[in-house]
Amino acid sequence: MLTAGRTTGLVFFPAFDWAISSTHPEREERLLYTQDQVFEEGLLDIDGITEFKPDLVTVRDIQRVHFCVPDVWSVATESHFISAGGAKTIGMAVMDKRVECGFALVRPPGHHAMRVVHGARGFCNINIEAIMIEYIRQAYGVRKVAIVDTDCHHGDGTQDIYWHDPNTLFISIHQDGRTLYPGSGFPHELGGPTAIGYTLNYPLPPNTSEEGFLYAIEQVVLPILKEFQPELIINSAGQDNHFSDPITNMNFSAQGYARLTSLLKPDIAVLEGGYSIEGALPYLNVGIILALAGLDYSNVKEPNYQPEAIRQKPEITTFIKKTGDQVLTNWRNRVQLGEMAQKKKGIDERRRTLYYDTDNIVENQHETIRVCPNCSGVLKIDSESDHTCRILAVHIPVGACEECRNQGYAWFDSIKKSDEAKAFLQDRPKDQYLEK
Amino acid sequence: MIIGLDVGGTYTDVVLLSNEGIERAIKVPTDPDDLFHTVLSGLDQIVDQVELMQIHRVVLSTTLTTNAIAQDKMPRVGMIVSAGPGIDAKYFRTNSDYFAVAGATDHRGREIEPVNPVEISEISQRLKSEGIRYVGVVAKFSTRNPQHELQMLDLIQPHFDKVFLGHRVSGNLNFPRRIATTYLNTAVYPIHKQFFQAVQDSLANKGVCIPIHIMKPDGGTMVFSASVDHPAQTILSGPAASVMGSLAFAFDDEDTLVMDIGGTTTDIAVLVNRAPLLNPAGISMGSYKTLIRAIETHSIPVGGDSAVRVVDGQIRIGPDRIGPAMAFGGPVPTPTDAMRILGSMKSGCRERSISGFQEIACQLTCSVEEAAFQVFDRTCRMIMTEAGSLVDRINQKPVYTIHELLEGYRVYPQKALILGGPAPCMAGHLEKISGIQVGVTPRWDVANAIGAALARVTSEVILFADTQQGMATAPEESFFQKVDRTFDRDQAVSMAFELLREKAFRLGAEEKELEMEVIEDQQFNMVRGFYTTGRNIRIRVQIKPGLIGEYDTIAGILSRE
Repeated sequence: MLTAGRTTGLVFFPAFDWAISSTHPEREERLLYTQDQVFEEGLLDIDGITEFKPDLVTVRDIQRVHFCVPDVWSVATESHFISAGGAKTIGMAVMDKRVECGFALVRPPGHHAMRVVHGARGFCNINIEAIMIEYIRQAYGVRKVAIVDTDCHHGDGTQDIYWHDPNTLFISIHQDGRTLYPGSGFPHELGGPTAIGYTLNYPLPPNTSEEGFLYAIEQVVLPILKEFQPELIINSAGQDNHFSDPITNMNFSAQGYARLTSLLKPDIAVLEGGYSIEGALPYLNVGIILALAGLDYSNVKEPNYQPEAIRQKPEITTFIKKTGDQVLTNWRNRVQLGEMAQKKKGIDERRRTLYYDTDNIVENQHETIRVCPNCSGVLKIDSESDHTCRILAVHIPVGACEECRNQGYAWFDSIKKSDEAKAFLQDRPKDQYLEK
Repeated sequence: MIIGLDVGGTYTDVVLLSNEGIERAIKVPTDPDDLFHTVLSGLDQIVDQVELMQIHRVVLSTTLTTNAIAQDKMPRVGMIVSAGPGIDAKYFRTNSDYFAVAGATDHRGREIEPVNPVEISEISQRLKSEGIRYVGVVAKFSTRNPQHELQMLDLIQPHFDKVFLGHRVSGNLNFPRRIATTYLNTAVYPIHKQFFQAVQDSLANKGVCIPIHIMKPDGGTMVFSASVDHPAQTILSGPAASVMGSLAFAFDDEDTLVMDIGGTTTDIAVLVNRAPLLNPAGISMGSYKTLIRAIETHSIPVGGDSAVRVVDGQIRIGPDRIGPAMAFGGPVPTPTDAMRILGSMKSGCRERSISGFQEIACQLTCSVEEAAFQVFDRTCRMIMTEAGSLVDRINQKPVYTIHELLEGYRVYPQKALILGGPAPCMAGHLEKISGIQVGVTPRWDVANAIGAALARVTSEVILFADTQQGMATAPEESFFQKVDRTFDRDQAVSMAFELLREKAFRLGAEEKELEMEVIEDQQFNMVRGFYTTGRNIRIRVQIKPGLIGEYDTIAGILSRE
């Protein structure tokens, strides 16, 4: 009789009736063989593993995180409400102590969705982890959260949402942005002036295998987590680092993923990418579930697994160690870097052009933040795209000081109602969303 | 005429039904150590002075295999299991003669690692030399491709009396359950076969030469000749018989709760559209989780004879039964005593009930009548609360499509049928506290035997097609056919229906009972690179559990009685 060492909740929502398009990697068939393997292994019968039916998120849950242009229903379909709802359901099950940890095995994914959403980027429309985390913060009063994004692609959406938040440590491990979408996630991307060092990027060279990934987790991620002391660890558990994944170039394995999971011990894991639907996903998911539940995964191996054939070259190992040192140095210097940024000026700005590859949209964004010594600072975003209308959006963060709150409302009030632009205000301390 | 017989823990109920209704209903004591004698004496008594030629149907619901498993009275059998990658097969060990062997097949049915004939032959020799006569063989993903199980069968078949194969159990994917179910089939096979062969022979000696039907936990039946390949499908048929007995009196097509309130436990099930809801995974018995189809039932340790106590000023009912109600000479107060005191129950000694409730009244600091009412009220509320949690559990079953999640059917029973000893005394109060319409099943005292008598043959076929590999298969039926690229969902459904008809006839069904329905049908385009390379089709069809054709007349007559 198998009994989980750690009680584990599962939301399995393969969305068998939803696809971006019929031959797109994000199609109905994606989790079909995973379902077969999970069912055949009898994972859902194991004592201590509980399957939950996902609830849908509400429009309010989404508006707590995103500015959707022109509105939520225009950028999110039912499938997104369910997929984010699956993450939220697991989050609640963990917070209510019905289970010790959980895994939302859901699609579509979300980690490329940024705070402003004009459409789909990198197969993502809304950020399902961020929606879950902000719900948990609101409902359970959790403050410090760490997100470890192990998808092969840089989690640029999650990075954007938490760029200015020192209470959310975001660490992304991914294939080097010079060789893969979205082309970002370099070690110098460290967060905004009020949260420097709380965004950490650890790019790995193509053909990194088990040794490299486990080095990154053991030698870099775990020491940082230990120091940060988060109340919750979230794993954006992309499965596209596998050696058989068709759209990436890494050499990770089912054994490696299971080992990574048992090292990281996330409270909540959320599926992101992963498109080797027959050769990898069925085995990776079984390995991850067993590892989360504290069960023996030593016999979980994909059919073509030959550890010798995918062993990484010494120069890759050297490169990974060098980058790891840099990430650790950035983390250790965060206080100093923060002080330097605080001294600089009262207002910080950034201008960006963002491309939505899935929906073929170009967005121009101008972001202004009040560099506040007392809180993480009120934020203003002016955004327009070639497809949708212009928006002016104000974000008052959790724990905002009185001055930032007032500044936020002053910005919002000064926006004149017009047909060309919509105005939004996220008041997180009051958990309100206003628009005009 | 039809005979229905249901073996219970204490009594065995037997009914004889004709077009006129219940011709005869009797109870004989159950002798758990000699069920053969119990069944035969029940049959003997019911057919006493009846023209035997008139009997055209006999259905038995027994505890034979259930008891054998519960009491672990099973012979030594061998299990040969090949798992391949995944959870190690050692965790699914069912018995001591259990061997995990080489060989692996993947989720699409492709061979990853071959069977090792030398290894299998060695195990076979060893089992044979230990005197083992029955063996179960199970491979992971054998429902996708049974080749490995068939190869192992070929290697060992000459050495054993009977070999059970995992893929014949069910088309469902669940390797641990397939192992457990195959083990139970193998282990109960000899007693099952011997028992029913003996029953059939002695009926034949009396001149009743018709195939006997055996009740299954899904509320259906199968003939004896078909049951020898699936003997474990006869476990836990008792609650199913009661549910089917109530089905004859279901109000209409609306969702209805069926609650069998016994002495020690209450069993709750749900009817939707005149059919019981089934458990999608399969029935569990003790530590065995199986793939055996069964009615979804919720059993709670609350009944008429539950021991009543006051703990920290709170009434506690059950979970144990110490003896009968005090009104009937029992040692401790029970909900039945409460009903006796309140006057809703007329039999039994009221004075004894009152004396039993003195202490409870004292602890609750109220009158005996008030204490009795509180106990009665609490019992009713506990049952309704548990019924509510069964409904929640059914509605909380995970689904895997957006359509089902947003528009899936939600069970919402506004009616209940109750049966069991305390049922008539509880109907009114259950209705009052729940606000739903509560009726007592007519002839609830023999509803189980009526259910057995009237239940139709049920069965299920799961068809899987993969047009990229050019095959359609229903392994449970030993069916394998080549298909071309144009094969689609509609063709798959027709194919599955045809297999289901054949299977139902083999199990003893008649043409008029073949109410077939599709319960799952999915078709996926398989895309490799940027091209559609095939279709992956999954079809599940069933004979809906229900009653045989004659039931309308019989039920009509019974309701009026």
